[in-house]
Parts: sequence; C-alpha cells; structure tokens
Amino acid sequence: MNNAPSIAKQILWHTLLMLTCLVVLYPTLWVLKMAFTPSQAFTMSPNPWPTTVSLENFWVLISGDDPSTPNFDGEWQFLRQFWNSAFIAFLTTIVGMVFSCTAAYGMSRFRFPGKEAGMSFFLITQMFPGVVMAIPLYILMDTLGLLNSAFGLALAYSSTAVPFCTWNLKGYFDTIPKDLEDAARIDGASQWVIFTQIVLPLSKPALAVTALFSFMTAWNEFILAATFLSDANAYTLPVVLQSYIGDFETQWGLFAAGAIVASTPVMILFFVLQKNLVEGLTAGSVKG
Amino acid sequence: MSFIVFIGCLLCNAWAETPKTLKVWHAYRDAEAQVLEDILEQYDEQHSSISLEVLPVAYDAYASKLESAIPRNNGPDVFIYAHEKIGSWAEMGLIEPISLDTLTTANLSSVAVEAVQYNQTTYGAPMAVKSLVLYCNNDLVSKAPVNTDELFSLNETLPNGVSTLAYPATDAYFHMPWLFGFGGGFFDKEGNSTFESPANADSLDFMKSMDTAGLLPKEPDAALSTHLFNNGQAAMTISGPWFLSSIDSTIDFSIHPLPIISATGKPAQPLLTVESAFISRFSTQKQEASALVKHLIGLDSATKRALEAGQIVPNEQAWENPTLQEDPILLAFKAQMLNSIPTPNIPTMTAVWEPMARAVRRVHRGAMTGSQALEQAAIEFQIYTKPAPEPANPIPYVVLAFAGLCAGILWGWRQLQHWKKDIWESRTAYLYVAPAAIAMTLLTALPFVVGALVSLFAHNQGAFTFVGLANFFDIIFARDWSVTSSLSFYFTLMVTIGWTLGNLFLHVGIGLALAMLLREPWLRFRGFYRVLLIVPWAIPNYITALIWKGMFHQQFGAINGLLQSLGLEPVSWFAQFSTSFAANLITNTWLGFPFMMVVSLGALQSIPRDLEDAASVDGAGGWQRFWHITLPLLKPALLPAVVLGSVWTFNMFNVIYLVSAGEPDSSTDILISDAYRWAFSRGNRYGYASAYAVLIFFILFGYSKLGNRIAGRKTI
Repeated sequence: MNNAPSIAKQILWHTLLMLTCLVVLYPTLWVLKMAFTPSQAFTMSPNPWPTTVSLENFWVLISGDDPSTPNFDGEWQFLRQFWNSAFIAFLTTIVGMVFSCTAAYGMSRFRFPGKEAGMSFFLITQMFPGVVMAIPLYILMDTLGLLNSAFGLALAYSSTAVPFCTWNLKGYFDTIPKDLEDAARIDGASQWVIFTQIVLPLSKPALAVTALFSFMTAWNEFILAATFLSDANAYTLPVVLQSYIGDFETQWGLFAAGAIVASTPVMILFFVLQKNLVEGLTAGSVKG
Repeated sequence: MSFIVFIGCLLCNAWAETPKTLKVWHAYRDAEAQVLEDILEQYDEQHSSISLEVLPVAYDAYASKLESAIPRNNGPDVFIYAHEKIGSWAEMGLIEPISLDTLTTANLSSVAVEAVQYNQTTYGAPMAVKSLVLYCNNDLVSKAPVNTDELFSLNETLPNGVSTLAYPATDAYFHMPWLFGFGGGFFDKEGNSTFESPANADSLDFMKSMDTAGLLPKEPDAALSTHLFNNGQAAMTISGPWFLSSIDSTIDFSIHPLPIISATGKPAQPLLTVESAFISRFSTQKQEASALVKHLIGLDSATKRALEAGQIVPNEQAWENPTLQEDPILLAFKAQMLNSIPTPNIPTMTAVWEPMARAVRRVHRGAMTGSQALEQAAIEFQIYTKPAPEPANPIPYVVLAFAGLCAGILWGWRQLQHWKKDIWESRTAYLYVAPAAIAMTLLTALPFVVGALVSLFAHNQGAFTFVGLANFFDIIFARDWSVTSSLSFYFTLMVTIGWTLGNLFLHVGIGLALAMLLREPWLRFRGFYRVLLIVPWAIPNYITALIWKGMFHQQFGAINGLLQSLGLEPVSWFAQFSTSFAANLITNTWLGFPFMMVVSLGALQSIPRDLEDAASVDGAGGWQRFWHITLPLLKPALLPAVVLGSVWTFNMFNVIYLVSAGEPDSSTDILISDAYRWAFSRGNRYGYASAYAVLIFFILFGYSKLGNRIAGRKTI
C-alpha cells in the first residue's frame, strides 16, 4: 500500500472531489426541494433551496394515505410495495448472479465450440430495441403463466441484466492468473470447488459491480412491472411512483418524495458493497 | 378415487356460489381516485351477486397494458379512459358498444355523447369531461378579458416582470382553442385533411403576435406557467381542472371561459376530453358490466364525483344540485364544456399531433410563418397517414425462409459432426453456460424474432397486411424524406452516432478519472464521496432529466444564470441543433457517468498496483503511467462496459424525449425515438416501427463486428 502523499496533493484531491460532488449534487437539490415543499407543482425557481420544509409528501407516501393506491383491505400498502420491490430486486440479483457467474466462468475458463458465438449472442441481445419486444414478451409470460408473479418479473429483469453481468465478470475472470487454479487442481480440487472457492472470492470487485447492476435493473423498472402485474398488492414501488404521473399533470411533490425514498436503499446497498470494490486482487493472495 | 371426485364437486359448488368477479381498471389519482373507489366499494356492498376487483394503473403504462391484456383475456371487464382512443380500440375489437338504454337514463350533455360515437355506434359511457379554461390572478386582473383585443390591451397595464398570459404556447394541445376560434380544423366532412386552411395559419400567426407583443414568457411550458402563476409573475394562464390542485394557496384566482377571438368574433374553443367507462369485448359478464357502467354515469355517482372530487360531469341532472349551482369554479368549467370541441376519436387523429406540434414550434421560434409551417405539417401528416403498400405475395418469402431454415439446420448438423468430439469433451463448459443461454434465448431472442417479423407487415387501423420488405425499402431508399431532412433515416442515424460517441467519450472519461481519484487507499472519506457520486444513478431519471430541462431554460434556468453571472449572453438552448444536442448530452453524461465510475473502480482492482508503482520508480510521469501501463491493463475488464454502454446509449431515448423532445424540428431525435413515434404517435404504424427496430439491430450488429476488426480480437 502507498503511504499518504504530500499534504498539498491531498488537499488538491479533496478539492477536486468536493467540487465534483457539488456539481453532481446541485440538480438533485430540486428533488429535495420538491419533496419537502407541500405542493405538487414542478419547481422552476432558480433557487434550489426549499423555502418551506414539510414532511407532508413523505407522510402521504408512506402512510399510504393516498387514494391512487388501493386501500380496500386496509393494509399498509407502502410497506407491502416496498417489500415487493425489494423481494423482486433481490430475486433478480440472485437469479442474475447465478446465471452470469456460471456463464462467465464457462466462457473464461473453457475452450469449446460455439464460445465466440455465445459471447456475441449475449452482446447481440442488448441490441434488440425494446419497442418490438414488449407485446411478444407479454404473450410469452402469459403462456408460461408468469404474468402476475414476482418470479416472472425477476426472470425478465435478470435476462436484461445477464449479458452485461456475464461480460463484465468474464472480463474480470480473465485477469485472474490460471496458475492458482492449476495449483488447486494438482491438489485434487474439482472445477466446481475451484470456481466457488478460489475464483469467486477473488472476484469481489466485479461481483459487487454486477450485483449492484442487477439490483438496479430491477429496482427502478416500471414499464414491465406495470404491464405484467394486475394485482395492486403485487405492485412495486416504481409502479406506484409512476402512478403519480397522470394524463395531464404530475404530482411532483409525491413523486420527488418517492424518488428519494426509492434511491435511499440503492445508496445504502452501494455503501455496503463498495468495500468490495477496493479489496480485489491486491488484497488477496495473488499479488503480482 | 371417489374421494377426489367428491372434493372436486365440493370445489365446483363453492365456485358456483362465489359472487362473480368484475374487474375494473382506472388511472385516476388523488381525490378522483378516492371518490371512484368509494362509489365502487358501495356498489360492491349493495350487490351481493358480484364482487369488484379494482386496479389503479399508472397512466404511462395504461394504454399498452389494456391493449396487451384484453385480447389475452387478462383485461378488465370495465375500464375508464379518455374517449380519444375509441376509434383505434373499436377497430382493434377491444371495446363493446354501449347500449342506448344505458346512456339515455343518464341525461348526458349532447357534446359528451357525440364524443363517444364512432361509425354511428356508441362505444363509451361519458363520466367526466376535461377542457382548458382561463385562470386569472385576481390581484393582477380586475376583469377577465372577454376577447383577444382586451387581452392585448391588458398587456399594457401590467407591471414589468409580469407575463400577461403564461401558458404552454408551444404545445399543440394548448394551441387548439385559438385554432378552432379562428374557424380552423384538421378534417373536412369527408375526413380529408385540412391542415393548410387559412384559418389554421391565422391562428398560428395570432399566437406569434402574442409572443411578439410580449404577452408570453420565454420558452413557455406547463412547469414554467405554473411557476409564474404561483409567484404572481403571470396575470393569467390557460390550463385544465387538474391545475386547481397546483395553485398556491396565497394566490387569489378566478376561472373564466376562454376569450373570444376578436378577428373572427368566435369564442376560442378548447378540445374536450371525455373520460368514459368502457366495456371490454372480451368480458364474459357484459350484463353485469353494463349495469355497473350505468351506475357509474348515473345521477348519484355523478353528483358525488362532482361534489367530492370536483369532476365536471356531463350528467345534466346532477347540475341541479344546489351546491353545484353555487360553485363558480365548476360552473365556469361547465360553461366551457358547452363551448368546446370533442377531440376527434378517429385513429388518424394520433398522426395529427406531431406535425402540428412542429408547426406550432416553428412559428413560435420565428422560423416560419403560419402558412409555411402548415405546408410542412400537411406534407408530414400525409406521409404519416399514407395508405399501406400493396400487399405482397408471401409465398416467395415463405419458400426463402424455409430454404434458409433447412440450410441452417444442415450447417448446424455438419458443425455438430465436425466438433462432435470437442463438444462431448466440453460438456462441463456447456453446463456452466446453459442456464444463462437458455434464459436469454427464451426471454430476449424469441420475443425479438416475433417482434421483428411484424416488420414484414403494414398495420392500418387494426388490420395487418403482409407487405414483404416494403417497409425497409421505404426507409432505406428515403422515399418519404430527402436524405438531408431532419426526419430522414440517414440524418437521424448520423445524430444517433454522434450521440453515442459523445456520451461514450464523456461517460468513460469522467467515470475513469473519478475512479482514479477515488481508488487511492490513503484518501479519507472515499466511501462517502463514492456514495455521493452515484446519486444520479440512484434517483429515478424521470424527475432529474426534467430538472435538467428546467436548468436549461432560457430565462429561469440555473445554467443561463451562471452564464450571465460570468458576463455571457443567455442561450436559448433548444432553438438550434448544436445547443439542444449539447443539453441532451450534458444531461445524459450526468446520468451515465456514475455507472462507468463504479465499473472502473471494480476494473481498476484487477491491476496489480506493483506494476504501476514500479513504473513510477522508473521515473514514468503520471500521465505516461496511466496511458502506457494502467489503461492497457484495464482494457479487458473495462471493455465489456464500454461496448455495452455504447449499445445502450444508441437505444437510450428517454433523456432526449424528456429534455430536448427532439427540438428543433425533431433534429435531435435518435433512431429509437423515431421507432417509438412510428409505433405510437404516427397512426400506430407498427410494421414501420418494427422495421426501424430491425435496422437498428443490424446497425449495432455491424458496429460490433467492426469493433472486432479494430480491436483485433475475435470477440468485441
């Protein structure tokens, strides 16, 4: 590890980063302003600081005291929708990670006929414009009986996330020296043991990136969710958020509050995952 | 065995006794949703033979959800929607005619009943109407202008810094009152287009004259109008009933019918949207559905909806209620309803909006006069609604497809024979790859192939005809537009390529630079910085993209504020291609760099630091070290994100849709947004949209192959 450089360099680094953070966060001040202002109008003022601070929007959002979300059975809808979102995003992450880790490992460590074609195929699927796929996908999901289920959505989401995850993991696996695996193989370890006990632990940074990516794919998606789900109890948070956008007008206060509530778990998740981003190979056993 | 039969019978009996479920969908929000659900709940309690299942659907996904769900028998029995879709849905066979008996008992205003007719058949039951009206700030306007002359003279009396009329002048829907007030329109009695009528041109020139005389704020849109009205910086605005909940409690306002056009003596007439209840043609309980619809438009329901949610109901009898009689706001809306024009519900109407919007913007920008702009709009409209190409003979295509399939199978078989041994030996590898490969084939490749086949058809008012490759020829040979027109495929392709390259460069450059800064182990608070810097990725981009659009506003935007404080001239960002493109690019860079930063942070960990340190000991400078050591080592781990990032950006249109909206003249649109427009706003030309999508696919495919060559590798 490096020792800390000169004070001047540290100050320069912090100044640069702080300036960047300021520029990056400046537009989000309006989100805060709209969320904390008890009006539903879109704020156009040049001043991004809230003039009044009220938690009304958050209260309406979280208490479910809002009629556009159904309240027939008197349940706490928000918690339910939050849970639906979290469950689906979690499921997507698991399914996506399992699919992409195995596929990436297969692509990285084996030579087999059709490998290049397979890699290209994963890339090609990303080139399909969604506009032509929506209705066929709906019919497919309906045929498979997965239309109104969390699992169906998670499957659709993970198929969106898998190509990037596979490519990204494969790129990372490729950089892990094969000598390590050969040594383990001589010790009698099976391919599966090598994969799960050696390669995966060494790939934490890439795993963190792919996990975050899979999670995000599911967490903020609403078009498929709103189209596939026909049970208000199964709705996810983005569907509820999107329902604040009407034909003629949007309830911006509620939307902004919802946007903040929805982005908080992502930031927490990233905060937890980011430690893995920085303890990769260098912290492991294969230095050099 | 008999036990199972017994259980089965029990279940059957239980089934027969449960009340019939009637599914009701709506997209209402807030008070309107509340009162509707109250009404439905009450109905549910009063009718033991049926049980209602109510689903609120997000408006954005509502129409497509209905169109997917109803034909697959997953749809509602009854749903509420604006009447504009009646033509399309009747042609598609989604909605059931409403019996006259259902309607007559409800005493409906004739304007609302007229709106729900299509081909002499009634398809919807009118529940509520919405139209634009004039909102006045009473502190600034003592007497609402009766005609447009008064409107202009009012402008003289208002203090500086106050706009006379802040309304979204560049929005075609908001222009309609003037257009009809001048006696204009889009179709004559035979249904022919009358885009170029002098009345339409006069209305556009009138709008421009308001701008020239200083009545309108700069770059007026709905958000700005609300903002100005709420801050006492606009004397009047034009909006609908939905605006009521946005008005600041400090503003003393009143509502009036739109003024009379002094030049013609006719009142400005807004379009009327009639929210109606529909019965699905696929419903198995049409009788029960009919009864529910009858109840929804009936006196009790209408009165309750008017009183509790402020809906403007077309039920005449409901207006005899004394409370409603005394409500000045509702009465003003009702007066406007009687002086409005129902939005035409014919399917071709969807192809009117886009050419009209461009014409309004061209005139507002001062680029064209009313008649010039409409000449263009008429051409565009004609292209959007041109009849489908001649049906093609499908037999050659089927033969060709069959031959191709046979050749493919043969080739596959020979490959299999050739690699037999290798394939068997690699069975472990296939096991690893199989789950993902199967999922991808099923969930993305299959839907795409099915969707792509649509490109061989032309869709016209609910019917598909096989036209072979005609759609592709239209696009590739630029039959509709000259190549240099901003609507041509080739122009849009160039913009798309520029858009992709610009984004890629900025995303990777900024993302990588920040990752380099943030990876230093000695850096304090780096976790904190990292989390702050992914905020743009975490927040739903619908809201942040629109905030950026606001920041680019000519008069009130933060960016021009900054330019002015630096002594520079404010820029009208969306008036020319270069700045409009830049605005899109800046917004998307802000949204996109965090992803590249995170990927780069991960990728940087794949590089042994020792190598870089060794280089630094050898005296390599920071830049040299980065360029010659770090970057090459980074390539394998970063390349996937770069390649996929460029593919995503190529098809990423929501930023464009939300920020520049294609301004000026659709020149900043990219290919995928064109595909969407063909599918949804140019007369539902699904075949054409699908052909666009297939071409996009081939372009990207070619790009990835080209990438291979350049990278000198087999993959990528």
